[in-house]
Amino acid sequence: MAPAAGQTLRKILTQSQKELLNDWVKAQLSASSLRSDLMKEGELREQSREFLSLVQVAAEGGSLIQPDGSHWAAAREFLARVSRSRAQQGFSPSETATFVFSLKQPLFTRLRAEFGQDAQALADEVWLTTELVDRLGLFTAEAFLKGREEIIQRQQREMMELSTPVVQLWDNILALPLIGTLDSERTQVVMESLLQKIVETGASISIIDITGVPTVDTLVAQHLLKTVSAARLMGADCIISGIRPQIAQTIVHLGVNLSEVTTKASFADAFAVALKRTQAKLPQQLGAMP
Amino acid sequence: MEKIPILKMGRFLLVTVQVDMHDQLAMQLQEDLTERIVAARARGVLIDISSLEVVDSFIGRMISNIAAMARVLDAETVVVGIQPAVAVTLVELGLSLEGVRTALNVDRGMVLLQERLIAEQG
Repeated sequence: MAPAAGQTLRKILTQSQKELLNDWVKAQLSASSLRSDLMKEGELREQSREFLSLVQVAAEGGSLIQPDGSHWAAAREFLARVSRSRAQQGFSPSETATFVFSLKQPLFTRLRAEFGQDAQALADEVWLTTELVDRLGLFTAEAFLKGREEIIQRQQREMMELSTPVVQLWDNILALPLIGTLDSERTQVVMESLLQKIVETGASISIIDITGVPTVDTLVAQHLLKTVSAARLMGADCIISGIRPQIAQTIVHLGVNLSEVTTKASFADAFAVALKRTQAKLPQQLGAMP
Repeated sequence: MEKIPILKMGRFLLVTVQVDMHDQLAMQLQEDLTERIVAARARGVLIDISSLEVVDSFIGRMISNIAAMARVLDAETVVVGIQPAVAVTLVELGLSLEGVRTALNVDRGMVLLQERLIAEQG
């Protein structure tokens, strides 16, 4: 009678941990996916050792087929940490997953030695082991992606904060230098900060400078026009400046109608127009002008 | 029944919306205002909605309707004191109040109206 499923695997994990670890580290060091430039051998060995001992503890208490129970929490936690740190170090997803998958070979070697000629039992045990390692590997890959996503989200937030300054240029004149692509979320932020600034300063003209906007498609143009209309509702005229030749061409080819808005090629021209308009409107401030 | 007061200032009418504008109130205002414009031979209407924090599409449409009616009666309409959030909502609703003049506050709105009166007289 063959031993119950998983018995042999547990035995290997418990009794020959040291040899298993040696084989595993050796396999990882000789693998083509080794990144000795990103991680030292000592660190790799330490990670492998810690993971093996966590797996051993988990395998003793919990199910081998379902590594989602509470017994596996520590091992999962460890894998998540490893994935995150590797994501930050610049490993690729497959390189990170290989860390777990490379455990298969040393395990299989040992299983073969245990079972010898009993092909039936060997196949069963190998299947069980494969499933376990696969699940752990997939979990690693998922954690890796999650780590990457966190990084991307953080950078997006930082970019959002960086990219929307509203500057007071002169009495009653605001400038809004836009840098980077305008999506609807960013437009919302830009619009809100512009309107808020109009209330605070009582500005009557705002210059939206799009020198730093790489491309203007219909969507971006629509967002710009929305911002202009909202500012107009607050009683502030808008001038769009910094339109590069290529962008002028695209705008016309796309059939975007900017005829309701004053547009200027350069920021300096827009500023000159703004000065003129505020002067005409508010004659009592003539003295403040240069 | 509550009503939105319409004040006469020289040749201008001043409407300040101090309460939450609901549909019935907006209809009433439309009726009162057109009558007052004719009765007072007003040349300009200034609508201050600075205490309005929420607008829906109906109120937005009413504001632009009122302005259009006033224009037919030869009175220039200036809407002043639109809050940032209200401005964003109106734009998102596609109501950018075309043809209605807007200003940041009552002061600026008054300047706009007077400019027009001076331009016509001069």
